[in-house]
Amino acid sequence: MLAVMSIPPTTDRVAEPAIQVQGLEKSFKQLKVLRGVDIDVARGSIFALLGSNGAGKTTVVKILSTLLKADAGTARVNGFDVATQAADVRESISLTGQFAAVDAILTGRENLVLVARLRHLKGPGAIADDLLRRFSLTEAGNRRVATYSGGMRRRLDIAMSLIGDPPVVFLDEPTTGLDPEGRLEVWQAVRKLAEGGTTVLLTTQYLDEAEQLADRIAILHEGRILVNGTLNELKQLLPPAEVEYVEKQPTLEDVFLTLVGARAEKEQR
Amino acid sequence: MNKHFLGDTAVLLGRSLRHIARSPDTIITTAIMPIAMLLLFVYVFGGAIETGSDSYVNYLLPGILLITIASGISYTAFRLFGDMQGGIFERFQSMPIARSSVLWAHVLTSLVANLISLVVVVGVALAMGFRTGAGVLGWLAVAGILLLFTLALTWIAVIPGLTAKSVDGASAFSYPLIFLPFISSAFVPTASMPGPVRAFAEHQPVTSIVNAIRDLFTQQPVGTDIWTALAWCVGILVVAFVFADISYRRKIS
Repeated sequence: MLAVMSIPPTTDRVAEPAIQVQGLEKSFKQLKVLRGVDIDVARGSIFALLGSNGAGKTTVVKILSTLLKADAGTARVNGFDVATQAADVRESISLTGQFAAVDAILTGRENLVLVARLRHLKGPGAIADDLLRRFSLTEAGNRRVATYSGGMRRRLDIAMSLIGDPPVVFLDEPTTGLDPEGRLEVWQAVRKLAEGGTTVLLTTQYLDEAEQLADRIAILHEGRILVNGTLNELKQLLPPAEVEYVEKQPTLEDVFLTLVGARAEKEQR
Repeated sequence: MNKHFLGDTAVLLGRSLRHIARSPDTIITTAIMPIAMLLLFVYVFGGAIETGSDSYVNYLLPGILLITIASGISYTAFRLFGDMQGGIFERFQSMPIARSSVLWAHVLTSLVANLISLVVVVGVALAMGFRTGAGVLGWLAVAGILLLFTLALTWIAVIPGLTAKSVDGASAFSYPLIFLPFISSAFVPTASMPGPVRAFAEHQPVTSIVNAIRDLFTQQPVGTDIWTALAWCVGILVVAFVFADISYRRKIS
């Protein structure tokens, strides 16, 4: 109970949410993907949209990032309507899609410079170097992205999303296809983002990812939001946990990360 | 027009040109088939072909240049398709840029890449004994027709680039374009063909374009061929542009 009270309700934080979605509907031919989605995301928070494959998560993100038009309903991002003020919305957001949207033929640095130029910023080279440092990619900066690991590509992808400091960042399944280390790297990057005041809407099919990262979680199922709340609020939807005595064994993930992490640290020295 | 259109197009053009510089094989493979045809037809079949021209390489080159362009634009579709698949197209579209600059950068890249391939092919033809008395104006006119033809075919290539479901689908469209010159005046005079084939050959775009370029190279009066050629190029360009634009709008809405 205490935990619930310590997290203030969304409306008290900031007058206007960073993302407001009401009655969003979208069909592809006969298939009704969204059947009336309502979401509010508070400024500076991490909001996780949880759902299984085909639940419509990507469709929501595409509509919010002006890549798709909704059939019905309204959506405002950073105060701008996605349908009528698309250009302003694009100034306010950045999108990291399901597949790392990086240019594999260019180097990591060239990718960053490219985005900085397209955002019409001054000193694209300096911006690129700064981000390479922040995302521990300085050494790889002059290598072609084709040689990067999945985690490095994702990090670069997210770094590209930060250029120009957009107030709202969409991450569509940012850790799908990554190994456990890659996931942790991405999680760290997302946390840093939110610490800097950026609003993050991320979609995921991994329950632990939502649990780890999100201030609020909404479950999207068959085109509707089933529940929306903090982790503790969601947990209270089910009967209180029974107290059981369990011998805590390390999980395979613990074992893997301990072994591999220890080796990686040794290599760094 | 968006105030950033020129700047954004320039940035994205720089990106695509870097792609070409890092995979020069796309230029080489574009030029290699036309060069092989040039060698085959000049040194193997050419001796048996009666064209009424003093040298067969002079007769053949205009058609070979069109084949070069037809094979070159499949890489335009391929590059565009790659952007669509990789998600970088969506990244660009969700950014505050002039959206159409994404397409225009690919179109301009296609012009540059094809120009390089054309220069390579002309170089080989010169080494094989191609000669022309055409002056600067003649060459400029040839370059202008080839540029217009490239632009028209490039906009055709944009359509499969945007809509294809697989890499093969994105580049397969160019095969009929590559073979169209065979049923034209590019390799043999149309007068030698049987009635219906000849009728088709004389009324399809390649013949008038080939004839116009050939007349410019041999400093003959170009006559009506050049107007027919220009009309075909502009017509194809407009129709392809409209359909490409429709496909594009479907993709971004």
